[in-house]
Amino acid sequence: MNRECTCEGKGVNDEFTAEQWKLVDDVVRKYRGKPGALIPVLEEVQSITGYLPESMQRRVAKGLGIPLSQVYGVVTFYSFFTMTPRGKHQVRVCLGTACHVRGAKRVLEEMERKLGIEPGGCTDDRQFSLDLVRCVGACGLGPVVVVDEETHKQVKVAKLDAIVDKYRAESPTAEE
Amino acid sequence: MVTLTIDNRKTQVPEGTTILEAARSIGVRIPALCTLPELNHAPGACRVCVVEVERSRTLVASCVYPVAEGMKVKTNSERVRRARRSVVEFLLSDHPQDCNICQKHEHCELQAVAELVGVRTIRVGRTDFTTHRIDDSSPSLIRDASKCINCLRCVTVCAEVQGVSLLTPEGRGFDSKVVPAMSANLADSACAYCGQCAVVCPTGAIIERDDSDKALAALEDPRKHVVVQEAPAIRAALGEEFDMPPGTLVTGKMIAALRRLGFDKVFDTNFTADLTILEEGSELLKRVKTGVNLPMITSCSPGWIKFIEHFYPDLLPHLSTCKSPQQMFGALAKTYYAQFAGIDPRDIYVVSIMPCTAKKYEASRPEMCSSGYRDVDAVLTTRELGRMIRQAGVDFVNLPEDTYDAPMGQYTGAGTIFGATGGVMEAALRTVYAVVTGKSMPSLDITPVRGLAGVKEAAMVVGELGEVRVAVAHGLANARRLMDKVTDGSANYQFIEIMACPGGCVGGGGQPLPVSNEKRMLRAQALYLDDGEVQQFRQSHENPGVKELYEKFLKEPLGEMSHKLLHTHYVKRGV
Ligand code: SF4
Ligand code: SF4
Ligand code: SF4
Ligand code: FES
Ligand code: FES
Repeated sequence: MNRECTCEGKGVNDEFTAEQWKLVDDVVRKYRGKPGALIPVLEEVQSITGYLPESMQRRVAKGLGIPLSQVYGVVTFYSFFTMTPRGKHQVRVCLGTACHVRGAKRVLEEMERKLGIEPGGCTDDRQFSLDLVRCVGACGLGPVVVVDEETHKQVKVAKLDAIVDKYRAESPTAEE
Repeated sequence: MVTLTIDNRKTQVPEGTTILEAARSIGVRIPALCTLPELNHAPGACRVCVVEVERSRTLVASCVYPVAEGMKVKTNSERVRRARRSVVEFLLSDHPQDCNICQKHEHCELQAVAELVGVRTIRVGRTDFTTHRIDDSSPSLIRDASKCINCLRCVTVCAEVQGVSLLTPEGRGFDSKVVPAMSANLADSACAYCGQCAVVCPTGAIIERDDSDKALAALEDPRKHVVVQEAPAIRAALGEEFDMPPGTLVTGKMIAALRRLGFDKVFDTNFTADLTILEEGSELLKRVKTGVNLPMITSCSPGWIKFIEHFYPDLLPHLSTCKSPQQMFGALAKTYYAQFAGIDPRDIYVVSIMPCTAKKYEASRPEMCSSGYRDVDAVLTTRELGRMIRQAGVDFVNLPEDTYDAPMGQYTGAGTIFGATGGVMEAALRTVYAVVTGKSMPSLDITPVRGLAGVKEAAMVVGELGEVRVAVAHGLANARRLMDKVTDGSANYQFIEIMACPGGCVGGGGQPLPVSNEKRMLRAQALYLDDGEVQQFRQSHENPGVKELYEKFLKEPLGEMSHKLLHTHYVKRGV
């Protein structure tokens, strides 16, 4: 990379705490030099940081003394690793057959528009993650939107504002 | 030994041989796309090489499947032919059908295999290839993921041969593609631009940036005085573009072809290769006497330069400050030659013919303008020159031989061997020996630094300097081995030569395709022939043209003019 910066994401915009970095380094140290270390290291690191952004992957690559491309290859190969952060609230729109025929597609589109993200993404303020699910067992009452543990049934596009606002209100964005 | 039957013929091969190799040894060529035996690359990914093995329920990939005693193999049954065809059809279903306008046309292995197995229809097709991103961020290479068949050859070459490990498959399944980490562009990555990935890529997914239109436009422009230089390795390989046997030395025909293309002057990079030896040799003597920044490391391979800037920035002071011969040529063409010919340097256009994709990048580096203009205006690879000559309708094979122009066309055998790994070292030692002792080396052939061994070492007594210890590496993974030794202090050499490409420039990323170790050897032999038998002089300091250059223009090696025009500095980049 043509950049001279060597802080590996630990600059002013570092989103991880000193404590988190230390835990990450401990994990890397524990596994350094052991064969087959990469996957367990990434699992443990992700459980500390929630996700595996570039800065974390660089830290792991450097710590284990392996190429960044190898880390990146593994992170993108296994679906349980994620490079996008998770929001505070997990919004899941059901696209199972029953919900689909009741207009889930429109619900999804509207949700994408409202949050400004696609499935798999996370809003910039880290409030919401959006995902798809295939049937949550409430077929009779579709379309279904699940937010965190709560299931919203017979969701109409017009109701989405209220749903989203409810969770947003619960946890206002911290202004630092 | 193992005895087996392939297509009803009994044969014996050593244990551990794959079916593919066993078949080859009796003249049965099984089509294969992903494997690259010379690099032990056999990911079993493409399945084009499937064969039938008696008592095995499924077809097996012959490139990974080892032979076994009594095995009965069929490589050409109806079942095999059908399977092959559908495998290739499947690959093509996710591949743009634009062979006619692809740079790899007629050099593409996918195309050749499709023809070989007789694919005539593609039943399932997709049209959204353009959703894949084309990466044209680098001055050297263009990557088009839509043409990638996930053979992973580039991943292996970049990691195992070049030690860069830039590339990785991203994701999995049908939509997986090969990218640098974080899906970064080449220009934002630690890519050396060596082009070794382009050399092994079976398709048009990695190609050189074609700059021939720039050169053609300059040739068409009546105000431009267009001069051309050719790297040593071109004369040993260009013939292959016209189906001449590998290792044919085509210097005279190459010059003739360039004249036909309309270049105003045909000069030679070998001229500035000799010049490099005088500058670099003087620099080496100075460093050996003062003991500063030893070992000194050569700097003529831009792939190597970019690599050390990224991966070993702390070792940059060890690099010779000499520019590469290509850049020395450019700087002199627009100063020395401009004066000589009485032409305004603004009207001079310098084209290089290089075996190398990294040279395109080198010429574009911001500091490469010491003449006051861009020193080198366009860099074309051997392959691009081949295409230009064909396009111009020139019958290369039957061209009469021609000779170089003055004053930048003369060269010695020492200059020409720059194109093979160990050549710069050999050329430098010849001249350093003569400068220190006042006489030529008893034998000018320094064979320990020749050949394809990854790291070569030699030691020789050079007059009052005492014993001089040197090392030579080619392929960046080998360079890495040497640099790790320099870093930990266990390398007690005074001088190290590094070439980014395996075999040196004869195996460069811009050379005719396909390449193999055998071809690298044959090309190198052609250069040693040029050195040993064709050239009148074999030591750089004997080059009459270079002597004249110093008398009339530069005055002395490492002098003020040299400092301005022929030396450079490097950039710490990191990874
Ligand atoms: S050009 Fe060289 S360094 Fe860059 S990706 Fe290709 S093989 Fe790797
Ligand atoms: S880019 Fe070329 S060499 Fe690399 S995986 Fe794709 S087809 Fe193979
Ligand atoms: S070895 Fe030669 S061809 Fe390869 S990068 Fe260096 S200069 Fe270019
Ligand atoms: S299809 Fe949506 S809950 Fe079953
Ligand atoms: S060549 Fe055997 S699987 Fe590709």
